[in-house]
Amino acid sequence: MAFKIIVCAKQVPDTNEIKINPETGTLIRDGVPSILNNDDANALEEALKIKDMYPDTHVTVVSMGPPQAQEMLFECIAMGADEAVLLSDRAVGGSDTYATSNAIASTIQHIGEFDLIFAGRQAIDGDTAQVGPQIAEKLGLPQVTYVEEFSISEDMKEITVKRQLEDGYEMIKIKTPCMLTAIKELNEPRYMSMGGIFNPDKKIKVVSAADAEVDLTIVGLKASPTNVFRSFTPKPKGKGVTVEGDTEKEIAKNLLIDLKKKHII
Amino acid sequence: MANINFDEYKNIWVFVEQRNGKLMNVALELLGEGHKLSRDISDETKVCALLIGDGIENLAQECFEYGADCVYLIEDEKLKQYTTDGYTKVIADAVNEFKPDIFLYGATHIGRDLAPRVAARLKTGLTADCTHLDVSVAEYIKFAEENTTLNTKSLNPEDPNKNLKMTRPAFGGNLMATIVCPNHRPQMATVRPGVMQKMEPVAGATGEIIRIKPEISDADIHIQVVEVVKSAKELVSLTDADIICSAGRGIGDASGFDLMKKFADKVGGVVGSSRACVDAGWIDHSHQVGQTGTTVKPKIYFACGISGAIQHLAGMQNSDIIVAINKDPDSPIFEVADYGIVGDLYKVIPEIMAEWDNAEALYDATTK
Repeated sequence: MAFKIIVCAKQVPDTNEIKINPETGTLIRDGVPSILNNDDANALEEALKIKDMYPDTHVTVVSMGPPQAQEMLFECIAMGADEAVLLSDRAVGGSDTYATSNAIASTIQHIGEFDLIFAGRQAIDGDTAQVGPQIAEKLGLPQVTYVEEFSISEDMKEITVKRQLEDGYEMIKIKTPCMLTAIKELNEPRYMSMGGIFNPDKKIKVVSAADAEVDLTIVGLKASPTNVFRSFTPKPKGKGVTVEGDTEKEIAKNLLIDLKKKHII
Repeated sequence: MANINFDEYKNIWVFVEQRNGKLMNVALELLGEGHKLSRDISDETKVCALLIGDGIENLAQECFEYGADCVYLIEDEKLKQYTTDGYTKVIADAVNEFKPDIFLYGATHIGRDLAPRVAARLKTGLTADCTHLDVSVAEYIKFAEENTTLNTKSLNPEDPNKNLKMTRPAFGGNLMATIVCPNHRPQMATVRPGVMQKMEPVAGATGEIIRIKPEISDADIHIQVVEVVKSAKELVSLTDADIICSAGRGIGDASGFDLMKKFADKVGGVVGSSRACVDAGWIDHSHQVGQTGTTVKPKIYFACGISGAIQHLAGMQNSDIIVAINKDPDSPIFEVADYGIVGDLYKVIPEIMAEWDNAEALYDATTK
């Protein structure tokens, strides 16, 4: 029987490319590319590595977002995923992490049986790291987050992972089915392949909340315990001074004199 | 949670994370923050530490000294080692029994694993990685006017609403959002380590210890922690450092960090890094400053060859003094720098090192 892996992925704006307009203090989002979230690429890569070893493995990428998130799912397929499912519905708009995890958990249940869910630790637009664990809670699965090494027993029943801590790591054994969240140390995501790009058997399925049998009372803005009270940009810090000097030595001296003068050193 | 009785929910809880019988710094920071918030709620509001483990009762004393009014103590040999399952179960049970109004966790690798799971089980909200908290609207207005571009005209300083206002960066620090959880309890947040202020400890402070007998069995825990390894690598204490010498892509390659190490040693600082260098494998991630690394606020932050990607700025722009060294005069780092040096870091840093001990004499010479 095929080993079934679900990979949770999100399309995000490349926050490295976002800049602040210094005059207005607002975000410049024009021309900012949308990308497959970094940690999610690591989650997908690890699933594909399992598939490399055990070709009978089936990898389904699940996402929630607007229809243009299909571009990101196309990239996942081109990397080697077997299929992709996008939950796209206005009814799930405005969801916080709790409502989002309800929607994605329902979609995963709709897809059917699975042995393993791999998600990225967090998405670079929100940085919450909450949706993975909350999907796991909703589905009643054990979880390990911050996974930086992964191995699986030959019978595909027992997983051993290295979980990163700030001051070291833990080695953890966990049985399938379970939820793991990946960090960048886990692997180096592969590039898209021509075979992946041109494989006509691989499909991206876009589903509505009704298609995926999502309970509308537990998703969307109204079902979200948290909401945004205010949003704003940080106050731009006043521009400082340029340290002058004809040589590097002179610049260094002028810097240190000023730091001394202001009792900073 | 349609029929929630808000009056039942009282007090501020802090998950005081301990590892190997030692409290995490952020736990003490949160007790200090909890104390501050409690005064803005009511005189009866208590700050309670939730202490979980095995054989860790002695840590209650430290909690009292750093601002806890009471300690809820849950001890069991099955809780000696942190597991998501075990801790989620006993915490959710305790919350259902004692009903805290506010519940804070440190945004550590453990706090960020645990809190979302607890929130989902309790069907309440959770705000991640907060950098500022308020209950009083007047205090929130004060914070917003000092630090943000928010127009506060729509807010009334007399507003008696005491909902927790949880402020956090989003979009890599480009945007700030204040999140509320108005209709669910407890109001939960994880808080960035290094941001909140510890209280001055009061030696000999005491308080009530409330023991909770956990209902936990082996069947509740679905993972097996085989071993916990403390990293042998040199511990980088970015959050405690007075001076941080940080390098970015402009350092060129891994060997550039040899210079940074010497620089840091000379000025009594520690070495920091942008994400780019960590991603390139030039230095360990424990050195990373920024939105996905460590948030720092040293007295002096030397940003060397760092362009100033927004994620990086989010993690260091509250430093007292920022000195930026970069070849490109248009680098965004110069927008936040107090001192900008346009030049080659490989030429500038050795000169700063050479003159560092002469600073006093150089300054004296200018005053004569």
